[in-house]
Amino acid sequence: MDPILFFIFAAVAVICAISLIVQKHPIKSALSLIGVMGSLAILYLLLGAEFIAAAQLIVYAGAIMVLFVFVIMLLNAGEEKSPARPSWFAKLLGIPLMIALLGILSYVIQRAAPEGSLAFGEYTGGAREVGRALFTTYLLPFEITSVLILIAILGAVVLAKKEL
Amino acid sequence: METLLENPLLQKLLAPLIITIVIIAVFPLMAGYIVLVERKVLADMQVRLGPMRVGPHGLLQPIADAVKLLLKEDIIPRDADKSIFWLAPVISTFTALSGFTVLPFSHYIFVTDVNVGLLVIAALSSVGIMGVVLGGWASNSHYSLMGSLRSGAQLVSYEVALALALVCGVMMAGTLSMVEIVRRQQDQGIWFAFENYGLMLIPFMIYLIAAVAETNRAPFDLPEAESELVAGFHTEYSGFRWSLYFLAEYANIFVVSAVAVTLFWGGWMRPFPNVGFLEVPLNVGFPVLLFAGSGLACFPLARKLKDPLQAKILALVAVGLIGVGLIFLVPFVNDKIIGVFWFLFKIGLIVYVMIWLRGTFPRFRYDQLMDIGWKWLIPLGLFAIFLNAIVGMLRAG
Repeated sequence: MDPILFFIFAAVAVICAISLIVQKHPIKSALSLIGVMGSLAILYLLLGAEFIAAAQLIVYAGAIMVLFVFVIMLLNAGEEKSPARPSWFAKLLGIPLMIALLGILSYVIQRAAPEGSLAFGEYTGGAREVGRALFTTYLLPFEITSVLILIAILGAVVLAKKEL
Repeated sequence: METLLENPLLQKLLAPLIITIVIIAVFPLMAGYIVLVERKVLADMQVRLGPMRVGPHGLLQPIADAVKLLLKEDIIPRDADKSIFWLAPVISTFTALSGFTVLPFSHYIFVTDVNVGLLVIAALSSVGIMGVVLGGWASNSHYSLMGSLRSGAQLVSYEVALALALVCGVMMAGTLSMVEIVRRQQDQGIWFAFENYGLMLIPFMIYLIAAVAETNRAPFDLPEAESELVAGFHTEYSGFRWSLYFLAEYANIFVVSAVAVTLFWGGWMRPFPNVGFLEVPLNVGFPVLLFAGSGLACFPLARKLKDPLQAKILALVAVGLIGVGLIFLVPFVNDKIIGVFWFLFKIGLIVYVMIWLRGTFPRFRYDQLMDIGWKWLIPLGLFAIFLNAIVGMLRAG
């Protein structure tokens, strides 16, 4: 059952990712991106990482994508005009370069993967483990990230309110 | 037959399936009757009668409305983005109804119990925003677009306060599983709303306010403010698609109330779950009194009706209510359904309070809405977490 579900949702993720690039309309691209995020969440779920799956949905499919769609709607971005003819350079080297990139990526990921693979449903980290890791081992990166977000918020306020 | 029911695989698959089908079949009817109650209560507050024509005292109004909505012509505006116009209400309904999967109706009636049940509901509601936002955009109308922009901003703002209030409850329970949360309340012998010397009432109030805003209800109904935006994001929707939005809205109301009941008001447990001598009066006496009493109260009303057919229908309803009341007297059945009774009863109370709010508060201005969300509820939510954490630590010693 698990491998079947894995292949179904892996396929959905890849198809949505391709559709994200191919779609002419930004809103439809955003919808495809939600599809990618959703199927990734299900892949996490198949590994047994329930908390990470839920967080993936809340943060990416929910909050971030709503902001994306929001901005697209505010800017009233219309359908993409048919692009200018691709240059001979792109035509000639596009596909070989893409295959080379995919090859390098898969090689690096294979090398970086730890010894011994993780079976379906074996990951046991719940909310407690993730929380503990965040506040002990990864405390500094966590805090630095929150400061970064704070700076981004301050920047947005400064940009939006020209005179404070 | 007995062996078939004992089969573990069958039990594992069959029970959730049956409960899911029952929920999907019953909920639209229930939503219809919530609307009827809402209209009747609002009418009462405004010294009107409310729906009176279809059935005795408007009792068949929801069915007439449902038939009307299903038979209406399906209109898609010419300049709308057809595929997204079609998809948006489906997203809303799908996410809203999926929320029911993790609700614990009683200790054996629930579709599934996952370790992160509360987060599943949060995730579904945050994806559900997309349905509203996309629906307004795809309609290609100014009113719809304004409505969905407002609703997007409002939902994203209030989700933060909602999550902060939930964190307080989770802190008390120490788990995210909906069934476990209720069990912890049973073990500690107290509903979490009264935990920490009543300090947990602060997060409950924050949750209630944020939940009203999350479900786009008055006084936070700016996304569909009828005096300025016609109907907000669903202006261009009609017929069945409109009723999908409508169903999603009421499903959301039900789910947020159910979360409040589970997290703060003891889920399926009766009041004072650890006081033994209240077992019979509360678990048998109260439901019998409620159903049979309201059934008996219908008879004088039925006699006053002029139309004999309507009087007969109301008498039938009265007999039905008394019958439901008498079912609670059978110990075996009572044991099975009393949890569901208390769960739905508490949800009913919270929905009732939401109807009061709608009837008594004027709509907020947009800047007031944002002020309440960002300048009041979020700081108050952080403060409530801080306070409850410290008091809880001190109590634990």
